[in-house]
Amino acid sequence: MTSVLKHELRTHFHTLSTWLFMAFLLIFVGIGAMLYNIQSAVANFEYVLKFVCIGLVVIIPVLTMRVFAEEKKQKTDQLLYALPLSASGIVLGKYFALLVIFLIPTAIIAVYPLIFSKFGEVYLLGSYGSMLAFFIMGASLIAVGVFISSLTENQGFAAGIAIVLFLLNYFSVRLSEYISTGVAGTIIALAVLLLALAAIVYVLTKNSNAAYGTAAIGAVGLIVVYLVDKSKLENLLPALMSKLSFFERFYGFVDGVFDIGSIVFYLTVIIFFLFLTVQSLEKRRYN
Amino acid sequence: MIKVEHLKKYYGDFLAVNDLSFEIGEGSVYGFLGPNGAGKSTTMNIITGCLSPTEGKVSVAGFDILEEPLQARKKIGYLPEHPPLYQQETPEEYLRFVGEAKGLRGDKLREEIESVIEMTGIESVRDRLISALSKGYQQRVGIAQALLGDPEVIILDEPTVGLDPIQIIEIRDLIKKLGESHTVIFSSHILSEVQTICEKVLIIAGGELVAFDTPENLEKLEQAKTAVHLTVSAGKEEAEQALSEFFSENPTDYQLTEADEESVNIRIPAAEADTKALCRDLFFLFAGKNLPITEMTTERASLEKVFVELTEQSAESEVSAS
Repeated sequence: MTSVLKHELRTHFHTLSTWLFMAFLLIFVGIGAMLYNIQSAVANFEYVLKFVCIGLVVIIPVLTMRVFAEEKKQKTDQLLYALPLSASGIVLGKYFALLVIFLIPTAIIAVYPLIFSKFGEVYLLGSYGSMLAFFIMGASLIAVGVFISSLTENQGFAAGIAIVLFLLNYFSVRLSEYISTGVAGTIIALAVLLLALAAIVYVLTKNSNAAYGTAAIGAVGLIVVYLVDKSKLENLLPALMSKLSFFERFYGFVDGVFDIGSIVFYLTVIIFFLFLTVQSLEKRRYN
Repeated sequence: MIKVEHLKKYYGDFLAVNDLSFEIGEGSVYGFLGPNGAGKSTTMNIITGCLSPTEGKVSVAGFDILEEPLQARKKIGYLPEHPPLYQQETPEEYLRFVGEAKGLRGDKLREEIESVIEMTGIESVRDRLISALSKGYQQRVGIAQALLGDPEVIILDEPTVGLDPIQIIEIRDLIKKLGESHTVIFSSHILSEVQTICEKVLIIAGGELVAFDTPENLEKLEQAKTAVHLTVSAGKEEAEQALSEFFSENPTDYQLTEADEESVNIRIPAAEADTKALCRDLFFLFAGKNLPITEMTTERASLEKVFVELTEQSAESEVSAS
């Protein structure tokens, strides 16, 4: 794992997209700090991080797109398979290298609240609490991006899919509010989402049984909930979406609530998607 | 050293490797021959753990490639068909990564890198970007990577492709030298190459093993088919008459064709041991008749013919089976 980590770090510093990621993250934070902290003279650095979230939607896929796609394209993945490295070692090595890359601009950003505190009252606990949450949220988005990159050998495709998924996640709560909160509307919306999920499962696994299984389990769950307690379905969709929204959870930290549940959510996402990435690598041996 | 048992590999519905079994001993050079699409690369990929077999078992130095993959892979150095190189690195950086991944550290790592750089002759390009190297040098960096860590088994998939003639000779010598202390398996399309450096040859066709023997023994298969070719300045009848007299005691199934207006081509099959005597007798026969022989050659068994014959047989049996 350490050999992969070292190699990845070296490669990252030779890669344009890595520098773009760090530069744009710092630019977004810089603009945010200008708008909120300097122009509007707000002491809360958390608002800047909230402002940067939409930027993450684009720059994290740019960072993660090449991780596995490029190996596949250059056929260097064959080297990784032939070397005495385990699939989990490869994935973790690459993932930790990405975290280091993300940590560098975050460390620079960490100076901002200290600077602002020289000029007035800054609630440092809130600033650094949400900065920690910001980093963990970014880490979970990176895990998703790594998984998407492991599915294709086309970097652009990997970035595109990740951006679309992150955008949907970013706007999911607001979009779900447009759908009727009544029982019928919720059922229809959930059924559509279920079909979409089954389609994604099919695209990823190329296994029709897995897709049917996913749809069937979801449908059974939906029917059971409907039969047991119809009223539970009301307002279920917005509630569900805000539970699954990376960003909505982060806004909780911005509002000053350090929610351990959300941290657990992010960590679960990280473990889940890294696990899927390992499976995706192992599966390639069988093709 | 390597044991392959009943190996099968399907790509979807396509059977790429069909019930392949063989065993490879220690310290020797093995050639892997087969026409395109015979399953050579697939087999090599399975032995090195890059690909999983649909059925069957592979063990390297006693370690099962699926059950103890890390131990088994430690014993193998592998150069795939496309050398897996990071284009944006220098050979030295690249070799450092591979060495570290193989578990080498510190002084040992430095020594190993120096020794493979020297062995493969890439000293002059060690600080240039791999993307800027010629195909031949890239191939050598790929070979250097396989040799790092002094693995017991070295598997090279078409190592001489893209090299110039001098480089080919250098790489062949290197493979020969490695064969003294390692087990080397390499695939190739060039039969003369296999003939000169391999102690044993595996020929596969249509995913099946059709031959596994020394090049000499394989040639013996063909030796019944040695023949003497000659061109004689003579009319067809004259030549016919001379030969029928000559073969009156032991009739032989020779072929006689007209080459042009004043000469004929003759092909006479003969056992390898008899060819010399036959040539002498034929010389005196035609000299006595005042018919000059303008050309005389002996057609010998070659690995090439064995290869063509064996792979064609397998292709035919496949057609008749389906």
